[in-house]
Amino acid sequence: MEIGLGNYLSVAAIIFTLGIFGIFLNKKNVIIILMSIELMLLAVNINLVAFSAFLGDLVGQVFALFVLTVAAAEAAVGLAILVVYFRNRGDIDVENINLMKG
Amino acid sequence: MILQAIAFYVFSTVLVGAAFMVIAARNPVHSVLFLILAFFSAAGLFVLLGAEFIAMILVVVYVGAVAVLFLFVVMMLDIDFVELRRGFLQYLPTGVVIGLIILGELLLVAGIAIVTPETAGLAAHPIPSVATRTNTGALGDILYTNYIFLFQAAGIILLIAMIGAIVLTLRSREGVKKQNISDQVNRRREDGVEKVTVRPGQGI
Repeated sequence: MEIGLGNYLSVAAIIFTLGIFGIFLNKKNVIIILMSIELMLLAVNINLVAFSAFLGDLVGQVFALFVLTVAAAEAAVGLAILVVYFRNRGDIDVENINLMKG
Repeated sequence: MILQAIAFYVFSTVLVGAAFMVIAARNPVHSVLFLILAFFSAAGLFVLLGAEFIAMILVVVYVGAVAVLFLFVVMMLDIDFVELRRGFLQYLPTGVVIGLIILGELLLVAGIAIVTPETAGLAAHPIPSVATRTNTGALGDILYTNYIFLFQAAGIILLIAMIGAIVLTLRSREGVKKQNISDQVNRRREDGVEKVTVRPGQGI
């Protein structure tokens, strides 16, 4: 019953895959896509902290802190863009986001 | 040790279940609530790993700020979520195939990951023993010295994100009556009161 590095990495892998799966599944709903991105960043953080703990190196936790900061900033800006988009279009259907015809 | 294993399996089961419900829930409000549950469980895993500070920051920043921000946006925008659910299963086969491939690859790597004895001396900043320094203190020791510039850069990123979010959502609407303190204070008696001479038997 020894909980090793592999156990934590496996949990993080499952969470990361669920995040990717969520993007595919909810292709129309931007809010769920943003939440899926948060899940993927959480999986990355679990990886960083697990490696930090099992290698005995504190730098992994410092890096997890910076990932957390960037994730918070990304969520704020992403939701702000979402609000502006909703104000202009009246819906948040991703498939209609082709204003720039790119 | 057995308690640690039980805690690990409980937290990770709840975490995976909550993460699945985030992407599968019909109502986005439920998705956000399951996201909060997932972050709580992840914080529990971090405590198990001995990273208390990251765990508490996860609860404060994610549950307290980011998840509430999501909840706020979900409830503020008047969105027809039934419409957004259409075509839900359209990408299911592709998603399952790609998801399983990525999961298989990641588990393949995670399953064979072992910590060799040679890595013991390679740590740039070894974690001090809990008896001498707390996790928060040890993090602060290197965060404010070796990583001070990265720390400042993180602060600038947050500042820019804040300014960006405000600039994006700020709008000046026409035809909205707002209180103007300057106009109120500058108003004098002559502007508001008019002396009218009324003749007898006639109106104004």
